[in-house]
Amino acid sequence: MKTKAFSLIIFCCVFQTFLFAQTEGMVYIEGSRYLPLYGRDSTVVEVNDFKMDVYPVTNKEFKQFVEKFPKWQKSKVIKLFADDSYLSNWKNDLELKDTENPDSPVTYVSWFAAKAYCECQGKRLPTVDEWEYVAMADETTKDARVKPSYNEKILSWYEAPRSNENLIGQTPKNIWGVYDLHGLVWEWTLDFNSVLITGESRKDVDKDSNLFCGSASVNATDLMNYAAFMRYAIRGSLKAKYAMKNLGFRCVQDVNEKK
Amino acid sequence: MKTTQKSKRKLKLVKHLALLIAPMFFVACFNDKKEEAENAAEIPVNQEMIAELTAPPHVPTPVGTRKAKKLIVKMEILEEEGEMTDGVKYVYWTFGGSVPGSFIRTRVGDEVEFHLQNHPDNKLPHNIDLHAVTGPGGGAESSFVAPGHSKVFSFKTLNPGLYVYHCATAPVGMHIANGMYGLILVEPAGGLPKVDKEYYIMQGDFYTKGANGERGLQPFDMQKAVDEHADYVVFNGKVGALTGDNAITAKVGETVRLFVGNGGPNLVSSFHVIGEIFDKVHVEGGDMINENVQTTLIPAGGAAIVEFKVDVPGTFILVDHSIFRAFNKGALGMLKVEGEEDKKVYSGEIRDDIYLPEGPGIQTMPTTDEIVASEVPAKSFEEQMEFGKQAYMQTCFACHQGEGQGIPNAFPPLANSDYLNADVNRAIDIVLNGLTGEITVNGEKYNSVMTRQSLSSDEVANVLTYVYNSWGNNGTVVTKEMVEKVKNKK
Repeated sequence: MKTKAFSLIIFCCVFQTFLFAQTEGMVYIEGSRYLPLYGRDSTVVEVNDFKMDVYPVTNKEFKQFVEKFPKWQKSKVIKLFADDSYLSNWKNDLELKDTENPDSPVTYVSWFAAKAYCECQGKRLPTVDEWEYVAMADETTKDARVKPSYNEKILSWYEAPRSNENLIGQTPKNIWGVYDLHGLVWEWTLDFNSVLITGESRKDVDKDSNLFCGSASVNATDLMNYAAFMRYAIRGSLKAKYAMKNLGFRCVQDVNEKK
Repeated sequence: MKTTQKSKRKLKLVKHLALLIAPMFFVACFNDKKEEAENAAEIPVNQEMIAELTAPPHVPTPVGTRKAKKLIVKMEILEEEGEMTDGVKYVYWTFGGSVPGSFIRTRVGDEVEFHLQNHPDNKLPHNIDLHAVTGPGGGAESSFVAPGHSKVFSFKTLNPGLYVYHCATAPVGMHIANGMYGLILVEPAGGLPKVDKEYYIMQGDFYTKGANGERGLQPFDMQKAVDEHADYVVFNGKVGALTGDNAITAKVGETVRLFVGNGGPNLVSSFHVIGEIFDKVHVEGGDMINENVQTTLIPAGGAAIVEFKVDVPGTFILVDHSIFRAFNKGALGMLKVEGEEDKKVYSGEIRDDIYLPEGPGIQTMPTTDEIVASEVPAKSFEEQMEFGKQAYMQTCFACHQGEGQGIPNAFPPLANSDYLNADVNRAIDIVLNGLTGEITVNGEKYNSVMTRQSLSSDEVANVLTYVYNSWGNNGTVVTKEMVEKVKNKK
């Protein structure tokens, strides 16, 4: 499987010139240091400058991808890279179901498929730290985690049913100019499984071992950031080949200059 | 002769031997029962069975005498919008589509193959912690499941009792607060003693952004939950889940068993059924049985089994006796019992008496103050009767009653009263000054207090004329002068 993935990357790189440039639809994110909800030994992490997609990848865009890369079509995808729910909201290899909207975020895609899509555009999936860094902003503040309204808005989305059927760009963009990090779908990240969460959310933990979630967790840096707890929980429940109704993705791109 | 004797002895010997040996065949039976109780982990299972899961308030069929089995439980998690009370909507996270979740009924020694299914439409991963499980997380560690997936794990029920199950995914309090709890019953070998009716009730507290009753789709309020300020405290997930048409029912003479759980997340319940007493309470769902209990405590994340026989018909209200929760937050349910009344046990209302010991007129204890004269004196006998009747109805009626019949053992009659008819001046004196002490009227003793009446001489004359000319009395007419005479005597 490693060789297959590798050969795919080579394939994409060779044929990159045939793909349309993708730096439009992205914004520049200035890197910084911050304290994530879960970090190695609860320390500050540094995020370098990068560019992030303004919107999550849409059904329309993913359709173009599978047209160019039949390997990722519903009937042809390798079972190792996608489970049985892969693109289950599509009628067939190239067409969405009539109830689905081309401008809704693409869902029912596995991590492997999302990763391949980003790589074919010369981009990659964001890391958890990068994603959380941009997501902690609201419309006016870069780090809105201290604001009660920030948490409230996100938590109320977790209660709203069927939001994946919504269109992109419906909620206000945050201070970076990025839309829909909250309120639309969960998003794949490059290292989603780096924060290990067992199903047992209440286990006691000693500081040396891997991180475990707890509702009053010793290791979490912010006990009131319930929204973040839930994002980590969903990441912890996923396997790379899972495809889910409320799970989509977006891509990021490294910038060449380093600060 | 010898041979018959020998054979007789032989026969006797054989008989005795048989009698000695026979009991040994039955010894094994006694050992069996004990063995099973000693080590539940060793109980063998016999065949497979798909568990019958029921939505509240109903429970699955009792296990009866069945052997321990491999029990397959398929529990589906659904996140769906429901109605907390009129006009108030809430998104519940449910086991099996109901709050509380489906009731699971097992027997001690069952090996439960648990399939936890997370519907693909759900947004969040979930898991389950069953308090009946002996194992890490109560199963939570092995059942963490993403939407669109199903996790399978297995456990053996080692202890009988009534246990809570709930979701344990972070943030745990939020998952429980949104309705992810239910009950699993592990019956002992042979099952619980049979009763006529069994019901499933579970209390829970809910926390909404808006106040109690505020309309619209209410989101969960984490801060209120942390502060333990509940907006709704309800049975079975919503206000009115067990009232009106949804009430649970029974017939007079039946025994009722309630499996009562408390999902919390925060509040402890003081469970009480108004008008009934629990004959038996399985304290905290365990083996200890308390009897004749009015109100029992059910811890958050705990349960109790209450049993009682219904003897009379009526509507019996189930409440959390932390009473503002019952009447202001929704912790109220109904048990409607139909059947024949038993007046001995409960008679219902016997009668409605007037209770106005002093009437609306101002009355004081016997003294000798002056009274103001009435403005409109009666001019004729008829007027006297009319005014007298009015005065009587205002002042005397309370004790002496409408027909002057009085109240036995309390207030003497005025109707056909020998005491009254014997001495009119005495009667006038009593009305003016009151009377204490024992008197005998129409053969009955009365020992009470009559207060003096604040009536003018005219009014006294009128009322006494009325009394003397009613109800078989001697027809004396009392005049103002007679009253003045008695007054001036003092």
